[in-house]
Amino acid sequence: MKSRVLRAGLLIAAVVAFPIACRRGGGDEILVGEYGSLTGTTATFGQSTNNAIQMAFDEINSAGGLLGKKVRVAVEDDQSKPEEAATAVTKLINQNHVVAMLGEVSSSRSLAAAPICQANGVPMISPSSTNPRVTQVGDYIFRVCFIDPFQAEVGARIAWEILKVKKVAILSDVRNDYSVGLQTFFRQHFKGFGGEIVAEQSYSEGDSDFRAQLTQIKSANPEAIYVPGYYTEVATIARQARELGIAVPLIGGDGWDSPRLWEIGGEALNGCYFSNHYSVDDPSPAVQKFVADYKKRYNQTPDALAALGYDAARILADAMKRAGTTKGDKVRNALLATKDFPGVTGTITINKERNAVKPAVVLKIENGKFVYMTTVKPTGT
Amino acid sequence: MTTFLQQLVNGISLGSIYALIALGYTMVYGVLRLINFAHGDVYMLGAYAGYYLSRKLKGDEPSLASALLVMLGAMLTCALVGVIIERFAYRPVRRAARLTLLIMAIGVSLFIENAAQLVFGPDPKFFPSLAPRADFRVGGVRLTSEQLTVIAVSFLLMLLLRFFILKTRTGKAMRAVSFYLDTAKLMGISTDKIIAITFALGSALAAAAGVLIGMQIPKIDPLMGILYGLKAFVAAVLGGIGNVPGAVIGGLLIGTSEVMVVGYLSSTFRDAIAFGILILVLLLRPQGILGRAQKEKV
Amino acid sequence: MKGFLLAIVFVAVLFLGNSLLTGGLVPGFSVSPYFLQVVSLAGINIILAVSLNLINGFTGQFSIGHAGFMAIGAYVSAYVTATFGDRIRGAVGMLPPAFQNSVLLLIALGIGAACAAVAGFLVGVPSLRLRGDYLAIVTLGFGEIIRVFILNIDAVGGARGFSGIPRLANFAWIYLFAGATILVVSRIVRSSFGRTLVAIREDEIAAEAMGVNTTRSKVISFVVSSAMAGVAGGLFAHYLMYVHTNSFTFIKSFEIIIMIVIGGLGSITGSVLGAVLYIVLTEGLRQFAQYRMVLFSLLLIVIMIVRPQGILGHRELWSFFPRRRRVEPVPPAIAG
Repeated sequence: MKSRVLRAGLLIAAVVAFPIACRRGGGDEILVGEYGSLTGTTATFGQSTNNAIQMAFDEINSAGGLLGKKVRVAVEDDQSKPEEAATAVTKLINQNHVVAMLGEVSSSRSLAAAPICQANGVPMISPSSTNPRVTQVGDYIFRVCFIDPFQAEVGARIAWEILKVKKVAILSDVRNDYSVGLQTFFRQHFKGFGGEIVAEQSYSEGDSDFRAQLTQIKSANPEAIYVPGYYTEVATIARQARELGIAVPLIGGDGWDSPRLWEIGGEALNGCYFSNHYSVDDPSPAVQKFVADYKKRYNQTPDALAALGYDAARILADAMKRAGTTKGDKVRNALLATKDFPGVTGTITINKERNAVKPAVVLKIENGKFVYMTTVKPTGT
Repeated sequence: MTTFLQQLVNGISLGSIYALIALGYTMVYGVLRLINFAHGDVYMLGAYAGYYLSRKLKGDEPSLASALLVMLGAMLTCALVGVIIERFAYRPVRRAARLTLLIMAIGVSLFIENAAQLVFGPDPKFFPSLAPRADFRVGGVRLTSEQLTVIAVSFLLMLLLRFFILKTRTGKAMRAVSFYLDTAKLMGISTDKIIAITFALGSALAAAAGVLIGMQIPKIDPLMGILYGLKAFVAAVLGGIGNVPGAVIGGLLIGTSEVMVVGYLSSTFRDAIAFGILILVLLLRPQGILGRAQKEKV
Repeated sequence: MKGFLLAIVFVAVLFLGNSLLTGGLVPGFSVSPYFLQVVSLAGINIILAVSLNLINGFTGQFSIGHAGFMAIGAYVSAYVTATFGDRIRGAVGMLPPAFQNSVLLLIALGIGAACAAVAGFLVGVPSLRLRGDYLAIVTLGFGEIIRVFILNIDAVGGARGFSGIPRLANFAWIYLFAGATILVVSRIVRSSFGRTLVAIREDEIAAEAMGVNTTRSKVISFVVSSAMAGVAGGLFAHYLMYVHTNSFTFIKSFEIIIMIVIGGLGSITGSVLGAVLYIVLTEGLRQFAQYRMVLFSLLLIVIMIVRPQGILGHRELWSFFPRRRRVEPVPPAIAG
């Protein structure tokens, strides 16, 4: 008898306790949403981006705020998983009522979240997603970085012009739009230069044993291997490749950029190249100030993800200032009109496809350092 | 041809890991008729134990002695863990319905995985190098010292286990218990103790596998036990569950076929291969390669 | 006749309730969309739990691949909507848009459920010959194979998931199907077919000896259960507007197992209770998300030791509230 009542009571109490108070932006602050991979296989991406975004908004707040109000960021972790990104964004929009969204680094996760932002009229700025399809989702979706057709071209140039090789193998991540996109465009560009793809293998994000694929690649005798994946797998691939006797250099993209790359891969990465958004060694005063501020605050050197996060946050604030409001459609129009914004990753103009047209840098890995080699401007500029 | 041989080597070294884990599954199933879902997670705990132990020894140069120490430490730790799991989770429900046991095993597995994520953090960690590195070349085939170690240690441990089961009294008692638990009790065998020893042995082997994998592929994470555990279970079934040499053969077969499929076909089917083999085995020859057909008693 | 009227009233209440809760009925009154989402997801869990209970609880067959059938239902129905949505809507163009969408949803769900049922048949026939533990592993394996298979189909998004699914399902639809599922399962259970299922659960060999075609019965209940899981999947897809195979791993299957174990294998209301409790605890502990699964697994372990039959065991909720005094059973002629 007692247990029955107890059970019923528990149920009712639980159901009533439900409508949890929402954290919505109050009248005196602007609430911006951010979703990123704070944990999981690409944890450093989310953490770097988040660090930089916080720093950017803190700077804005201490300089008087935005439109007379303080900006606050509501962050949700997507655990490096696309379905969690969708859930996080839904929660930020429906429960926290954010006025704009920042995120994500990974194109797969941006692709999962973008339709939700688009459907709700919430402007979304991806700091670092490079797959072209992200901004094609709708007119509320923007990015402040270059896109993969260009980045893959840079990769092809690294192979053709810097390494001067004609035969390249590709090892890409099938679970990942970024990687799939990059290798498709790389193949087009490299063949266009006259090169030959001698082997193609694939793996899945999260795999830890690549020996089978590397053995097949080795038998094709490539002069270089294009590995457009994320740092955890890339570093392990490098190690296992050297163990199998593959000595040729590896080439990659901005997914390599992480302080953990060298930590995991070590000397296996010496002599490898990758394309990126910015270099820590860039002498321009804006970059050096950013690097110094970030180092002081977080005690680590900012990577490209941080630099892009910083720019994304500041461009959002700039757009809101120009629009004079936080209303979605006005902010969107202002974003579209962004021209020659001075970012730490370069001068940023948003074109009508809602992408940023920017140069890329080529970095070479030498003894734990990412050494700046050259800058490649997008063709047509 | 060298490529094929190299892939074979890759497959054998992967398969040895599966074999080590499969041994634990097969032994526990033999004595308790229980699929210990948590076994894969014990393997994971072994890898982490090895990780933390090797960091304790960090100052020293990587050497064979330190590697051995780490492995032994991990094995002892996990033997203890195995005994604890048996005592507190499985023993209370030993006499209960099969379904209850299975659900309990799932519960323990989930608990260990999630507790590990909490305690160790969900991000992957990277094993420091333990033994001094060297590469061997035979023909065009490359073998790293780690791969050699994995294969050698696995075979050594399997031989030791076989000796233990066949030649010692405790081993004999284990075989008796796996035949018929109640009769074994009547024969004066302390079944609780034997079962505890079985768990301890199986878990120790899984821990060894964990350390070996940590040495070979430096990445470890709290969920690594799930897939490896399931594939090792398939290996045990393939070889004949309850059969020790069968587990070894099963492990090698699964490891090799996985590598071959990934290398020659496509990496996307990597995980599905083991399950495909499982389904085929259960449909065509459920007792496995070396097992005997079990009649169900009324 | 009475049942039919009751059904109409039920449907009307659901749809009115939905309008009320989303703010369409009484101006100014609405419930937080987050709350509504949680309640709706609970409804989907109810369908999953009750359908799984048909196999695990009533037929005693341990299947842990339920998420695979849910995935099939989700992806197939989403594909139907995305590809043929406009054509179907055009075909029923004479109806008002809300009804067009309803027809579309029903067709999509129907096709999704049918595919899930076929998959259930294909999986069930070979697997159900096997004994408890092996059956469990094989169903787990099939669940994973289904998932990997879908992951490799680029037309439904592959590794990036399937996005842009129109939001055709809502609170009302979900609970409509939840109610239907409960009705169907309780009808099955109380029929003579249901008794054969229980007989199989209690002692399969004895049932076979009594002339029950055990394989056929097991397969039928498996197929029905898979179809319902497919419906749940379809509703899931059309509610969240985005699906990814990562939502249908064996972890999901385990979650459903936890629900029915907590509630009581072999009790329909138990499954409902378990499903609701699960989502309540999940959402309530969202701040402590990392501790959540630890707590659930601990709960599972403790329940298995202390009360393996779950909260309600084999009984239903209404057995606690006897309607009228039953006639006392006649005591046996020979006592003691």
